Amino acid sequence: MTSPLEQKKIKIAGPSIVTANRTWDGIVVYRTATKSWSADLSEAAIVRNSDEAKALLAESVADDVGAIGPYIAPVQVGADGKIEPGNLREQIRRTGVTIGQSAQV
Amino acid sequence: MYAYDEIDRTLVNERVSEFRDQVKRRLSGELTEDEFKILRLQNGVYLQLHAYMFRVAIPYGTLATNQLRALAHVARKYDRGYGHFTTRQNIQFNWIKLAELPDALEDLAKVGIHAMQTSGNNMRNVTSDQWAGVAPGEIEDPRIWSELIRQHTTLHPEFSFLPRKFKIAITASDHDRAAIKIHDIGLRLIKNEKGETGFEVLVGGGLGRTPFIAKTIKHFVHGRDILSYIEAILRVYNQYGRRDNIYKARIKILVHELGIEKFSREVEAEWQHIRNSSLQIDDEVIEDIRSRFTYPAYEKLPHMPDELRQAAADPDFEAWRKNSVAPHKVPGYSIVTISLKPTGGPPGDATAEQMDALADLADKFSFGEIRVGHEQNLALPHVAKRDLPALWKALDKLGLATPNVNLITDIIACPGLDYCSLANARSIPIAQELTRRFANHELANLIGRLHINISGCINACGHHHVGHIGILGVEKNGEEVYQITIGGRADENAALGTLIGPGVKFDEVADVIEDIVEAYLALRERPEELFMDTVKRLGVEPFKERVYATR
Repeated sequence: MTSPLEQKKIKIAGPSIVTANRTWDGIVVYRTATKSWSADLSEAAIVRNSDEAKALLAESVADDVGAIGPYIAPVQVGADGKIEPGNLREQIRRTGVTIGQSAQV
Repeated sequence: MYAYDEIDRTLVNERVSEFRDQVKRRLSGELTEDEFKILRLQNGVYLQLHAYMFRVAIPYGTLATNQLRALAHVARKYDRGYGHFTTRQNIQFNWIKLAELPDALEDLAKVGIHAMQTSGNNMRNVTSDQWAGVAPGEIEDPRIWSELIRQHTTLHPEFSFLPRKFKIAITASDHDRAAIKIHDIGLRLIKNEKGETGFEVLVGGGLGRTPFIAKTIKHFVHGRDILSYIEAILRVYNQYGRRDNIYKARIKILVHELGIEKFSREVEAEWQHIRNSSLQIDDEVIEDIRSRFTYPAYEKLPHMPDELRQAAADPDFEAWRKNSVAPHKVPGYSIVTISLKPTGGPPGDATAEQMDALADLADKFSFGEIRVGHEQNLALPHVAKRDLPALWKALDKLGLATPNVNLITDIIACPGLDYCSLANARSIPIAQELTRRFANHELANLIGRLHINISGCINACGHHHVGHIGILGVEKNGEEVYQITIGGRADENAALGTLIGPGVKFDEVADVIEDIVEAYLALRERPEELFMDTVKRLGVEPFKERVYATR
């Protein structure tokens, strides 16, 4: 598999985070500023330019045991600092499926 | 049912041990994800949006009740209490933990179920008609040949690193319920003029971003030669198939680029090298496989038992019977399709409780056997007609008696953006809304046979190209947009649908489908004229005008 770092030039259009799936159970996780993973989007490290994004992605890829498939995803950061997913895909990854009953725990 | 022999059991058990060790090494960091990915894919383990997804094979769609209970057990113990039946006679679990997968595999192996070759660039689960062995007029049970091919291709080194995935489907009836014309190889079981069993072989079908209907490569291949002929096709594919471009790697592209005549010549030349080899099948091999399929001890039963005559007075029962019950090759018996398309529900999902209860019903009413069809429904293949009323009542209590088989709400849909990492748009919520819009069964019956297929991306897992109405979700400027096709079909007259115009937004899709249906009802010449007949008679223009006149 081609490393995400080699796939294309990293360009970001706004605040972004790095997200992946935790290796042992597959749940959605976000890279934090303390070089770990959290299931809580509010703990995600925010990057605002390509160099920051590249660096955050590089350290995420290096943690191959902790999580798999890391990539950069857009977010929206409110005036109060609250982080929200930047597109529908990430919204679904964060809040779960949109289809009702049979998908509930 | 088919009984595995000692070789199969050993193979399945060894596979569990191997995978347990691989998972252990992955979790310890001894294996990187790059190293592990191909290993997990070979065991049906994908990574999806929310979690790992575990795809389990149901070869030729046949399940014993202990196997269905094992699937229910996996859903309950390792997942979130339900499973999703796919368009290729597999079941998927969407929330499984990698660390627990070896235990789940081990539990399934105890009843002869596995996940080998349910993903990766190899020979996938060989699929067949869910009515195999019980359909009236069938040449013979196609599962015997499906099993032969399964045995030959499972973990076959020559087929384990193909340019791309490879799918085979087999039918033995005039009406194709296995969708063989949209498979890499489609096999139609036939008899030649001498009465010998063989196959019409089709090749190069497939959907995805470049859809093709399969072409006949040979009109008759004797049964004893079918393995060598398939192998010849695969060798040509292995040699010339594109490995440099994933979008051009399927055999359909090779067949298209070479042309069926040149491709056929290449296969023929290869076949002459190997047809008289050990690949030629002895009659004893077929008879051994045949002997491992067991069939029920059917009773001699009346065609119209009193129980059925009395139940016919109940319009709800009749509505269900009309759409869900099909003739059986043995008088006094029926094939019952179990709709997994309840109003407002995700197509193809079944809860652990439903699976367990259905296993009990299969033991009671269907000689312990269940079938899985590519339309994402289940079937009980051997139900005595006298038992139909009791079965219906029991299914109704389980939410499994929706009387919509083959009607507009019997929708095929991929998991879409709610689950799938490849998807661009949601599929299931579109299906759910459509089942609500057409929940009135009188209306659905008035419309008649109409298949809607929905895919959440161009990979076409929902087979939208061959839906009578096809819905393809794409992403445009960050929004979900849906393209609508009409006129596709997946049966013996398989055809690709025609795009009717620009895509429409998520919230508009159900309205557009209503417009198409209203146009059809207004345009049909008589109630018996099905949607596809009207499309064939008039083309897409009247539907296009109706949809876009006010948009």
